[in-house]
Amino acid sequence: MSYQFKWSVLWSGQSGYWLLQGLITTLELSALAWLLAVALGILSGALRTVPFRPLRAAATFYVEFFRNVPLLVWMFFWYFGVPPLLPRGVQDWLFDHGAEFWAGMFALGVYHGARMSEVIRSGIQSIPRTQFEASVAMGLSVWQAYRLVILPIALRLIVPPITNESLNLLKNSSVALTISVAELTFQTRQIETYTARAIEALTAGTLIYLVLCVSIAWVMSSLERRYAIPGLIARVGGAG
Amino acid sequence: MLDPGVIVRNFKFLIVQGFLGIGSFAGGTLRLAIPAIVLGFALGIVVGLARLANAAWIRVPAVMYVELFRGVPLVMVIFWMWFVIPQLLRLPIPEYGVALTAFVIFEAAYFGEIVRAGVQSVPRGQVEAARALGLSGAKAMRYVVLPQALRNMVPSLVTQMIVLFKDTSLASIIGYVDLTKAAQIVNNREIRPFELYLFIAVVYWICTYSMSRMARRLERRPSTA
Repeated sequence: MSYQFKWSVLWSGQSGYWLLQGLITTLELSALAWLLAVALGILSGALRTVPFRPLRAAATFYVEFFRNVPLLVWMFFWYFGVPPLLPRGVQDWLFDHGAEFWAGMFALGVYHGARMSEVIRSGIQSIPRTQFEASVAMGLSVWQAYRLVILPIALRLIVPPITNESLNLLKNSSVALTISVAELTFQTRQIETYTARAIEALTAGTLIYLVLCVSIAWVMSSLERRYAIPGLIARVGGAG
Repeated sequence: MLDPGVIVRNFKFLIVQGFLGIGSFAGGTLRLAIPAIVLGFALGIVVGLARLANAAWIRVPAVMYVELFRGVPLVMVIFWMWFVIPQLLRLPIPEYGVALTAFVIFEAAYFGEIVRAGVQSVPRGQVEAARALGLSGAKAMRYVVLPQALRNMVPSLVTQMIVLFKDTSLASIIGYVDLTKAAQIVNNREIRPFELYLFIAVVYWICTYSMSRMARRLERRPSTA
C-alpha cells in the first residue's frame, strides 16, 4: 500500500473546528433524543400494563412497529415524508429552525423509545415476584416494599442494559448524516471531501466515537460494581 | 392529497429490484442480508471461540476486535471499507462487495459476543464429563458444548439477525440499490415521500416481525436434548 499519510490535515485549516462542531452536534442530538426515548420508553411500558385494551394495543403497536423498521427509513420518513403534510406556517418555521436536526432527533428518539420500552419492561419482569411477597410477609407496607426492596433491585438490574441501549443511541446518531445533520460522521466526511485524506479523517472520527463509548461504558460499569449487591446479580459480559 | 397509486405504479421496481435484487441494478436487500447473516455468524463463531481461548495471543486480539467494532457506528465502518478496500486492492470494488465486507466484519463482533455468552451458559460439568469420557478438547466443544450452546443462543441470535437485516438499509448511503435506495430513486421522480417511506417501513416490518414471531415459536418448542 503506497499511501502517504499526512496527519497534519487534522489540525491545519478548519478540520479541528469541524470535528469539535460535529462532536457537539452529536452530543446534543443524542442527549435530546435520549430524553425523548426514555420518556417514551417509560410511558409505553406503563401503558402496556393498564387494564384498558385500546391503550395497551396502541402501546404495543408503537413498540412493535417502530423498533422493527430501520432507523434510516424513519429518518427519511420524518424529514421528507411528514413536513409536507404539516400546515404551511409550521413548515416554514421548521425549515427556518434546522428542520433536519429536529427530524433527526425525533426519528432517533421515537425509534429508541420503542427499544428502550422493551429494555425497561424485561428489566422489571426479571425481578422475582417472591421479593415483593417476602417483603410484605415481613410486615413492610406496599410503599415500603417498593421503596426499600423492589426499586433498589430494579435500578441495579436495569442500569447495564440501559447503558448498552444508550450507547447504541449515541452510535446510531451517525445515521442522521443521511438527512445532512452536521454531526460527527458528517464532519468527518466533510474533512475527507476538502482534504482528500480519507484515512486520516476517518481515523479521527473513529477515535472520537471509541473514546466516547469506552469512557461511558467504563463509568457505568464502575458504578455498577460499586453498587452491586453481593450474591444477587452476577456480572454478565464485559464493558461495551 | 395522499396518492397510494404511487406504490402500485412502482411496485415492481420497489419489490423486484429493491427488495429481491432482480433487475438492471446490482442490488437488493435480500441479496445483501442473507449472505451477510450467514458469513457474519460464521466469523462470529470464530471470534467468540477465540475470546474464550486460554492462549493470550488468541484471546487478546479477539477482545480488541470486539471492543473496537462495538464502540464505533456502523456508518463509520461502511465509510472505512468504502475508502480503504480500493486503496488496499488497487482496483474499484462494486458497492455490493464493500457493503457485504463492512456488514460481515462489523456484525461478527456482535455475533461473537452472543457465541461467547452461549458457550459460557453451558455448565462447566458438561465439559468435564465429556473430557472424562475421553473426548478431546475440540471434540468436546464440537459434540457436547456447541449443540447446547446454540440452543441457548437462539433468542439473541434472531434478535441480532433482525438488527442486521434492518442495518442493510445503510448500504444505500454508498449507493447500493436496496429497498431504501429504490424508494429514494422513485421518490426523486414522483415526490411522494410520505407514501413511499411508509410503504417500505411496512415491508421491512413484515420481514422483521415474522422473524421475531418465528423465534418465539422456536423458543417455546421443548428442547429435544
